[in-house]
Amino acid sequence: MAANSTKKKPVGKMLVMGLISLALYAYLLANQDQVNSTFAKGGWYALLPIIVAFVFSYVHGSFTGDFWTVLGVEAARKKKEVK
Amino acid sequence: MHDIATSFINLDAITILYLFGVGFVGGLVSGFIGSGGAFVLTPGMMSLGVPGLMAVASNMCHKFPKALVGAMKRFKYGQVDVKLGIVLGVSAEAGVLYGAGIQEKIKATFGDAGSNLYVSVAFVVILATVGGFVLYDAWKTYKSGNANTEEKAGKLAKWVQSVNIPGTMVYFKALNARVSILFTIPLGFATGMMAATIAVGGFVGVPSMIYVLGAPSLMASATELVIAFVMGLGGSLKYAMHGMVDIRLAMIILAGSLFGIQLGAIGTTYVKPFMIKVVMGVIMVIVLFSRGLMVPVYLSQLQLIDTLGEGTVKLLKTSSFAIMIFALLLGAFIVLRAMWQGRQAERLQQAAGALEHGEV
Repeated sequence: MAANSTKKKPVGKMLVMGLISLALYAYLLANQDQVNSTFAKGGWYALLPIIVAFVFSYVHGSFTGDFWTVLGVEAARKKKEVK
Repeated sequence: MHDIATSFINLDAITILYLFGVGFVGGLVSGFIGSGGAFVLTPGMMSLGVPGLMAVASNMCHKFPKALVGAMKRFKYGQVDVKLGIVLGVSAEAGVLYGAGIQEKIKATFGDAGSNLYVSVAFVVILATVGGFVLYDAWKTYKSGNANTEEKAGKLAKWVQSVNIPGTMVYFKALNARVSILFTIPLGFATGMMAATIAVGGFVGVPSMIYVLGAPSLMASATELVIAFVMGLGGSLKYAMHGMVDIRLAMIILAGSLFGIQLGAIGTTYVKPFMIKVVMGVIMVIVLFSRGLMVPVYLSQLQLIDTLGEGTVKLLKTSSFAIMIFALLLGAFIVLRAMWQGRQAERLQQAAGALEHGEV
């Protein structure tokens, strides 16, 4: 909120990350049976869901952060100082 | 490993939208109070037919990346004590492993119904005791008219901070004091155990940081995100090694929750600190009724009570679901309303400042 009108909004970055995120989700859902059977194997395959979670959080986290910035939803200007 | 492969539910558009929506609201609440998405997400998944253990595992696998994003956001606002988060998080990890072991034994012995019953009973007990206390404390603050003043450590926290055990003392920024890790270890362990059991360690972690260690609400809720990341990562690995994570569910919930957690984190910069307690307490108390209604259903499935009629089971499930949705929406409403009011107040202040300087 309290959008800073002089600050350039990251529209381009948001769109790029949004598209990558969409592609990742489309791939996951299109191949869900194969993904499920692989990930359910356990053991060393346990690293796969962890890696997937990190990748999705980076891409989608970046997109969602920019999404709110572009909409003008930002932190209060005067940051809350705790203690 | 059990029969995990047969436990994957079918995903249709409505289920995906439902998970996304619940993820968003859960994320909004988590970003605000540091935890809490799970208490609706776990039963939310269970209501779709996901076995309790897989719901806990999948929730945990969405939690750690979400917590990472939320912690980084709130770190920018100066609300995170990384050291406290890591110290508590590491001991919470041990609690997660212990709690997960208990869960596995229960599932192996009593099956899904037993596992579901254990999760539901733990929900009710924790939510009733801790939630009731947090809500009472928030109410006291509101009535006392001290909502705007800086939070002070309570009597218990002051005592904990005063105990000096040589060789174990560590300074924590959030507390502005040195505290013995002999206090933080059991708190972290309890947080982790709760996280592994009901996936909401934060309902132990945040109140214990506030009431036992003496951290301000905003700092406690933000630091909880670090704990959630540390133990969520370890817990997810543990569950994933047994193939219990449904990555589809985890990532769909993450899709919604990352929108929510960013918004919730932003919201904390606009509100009075006691609002953290209000949101946490209100949601916990309402959700306990939702989970409480399901206890007779699981008891009946385990044949510990007379078998319930189909109509009764349906009524209990529907009511439980409706109450959970209500808790979710109410929590989101309080967060958004508090945020909106804070934003309006800031705008008024800015307008007044501009007038004062003759800019308008």
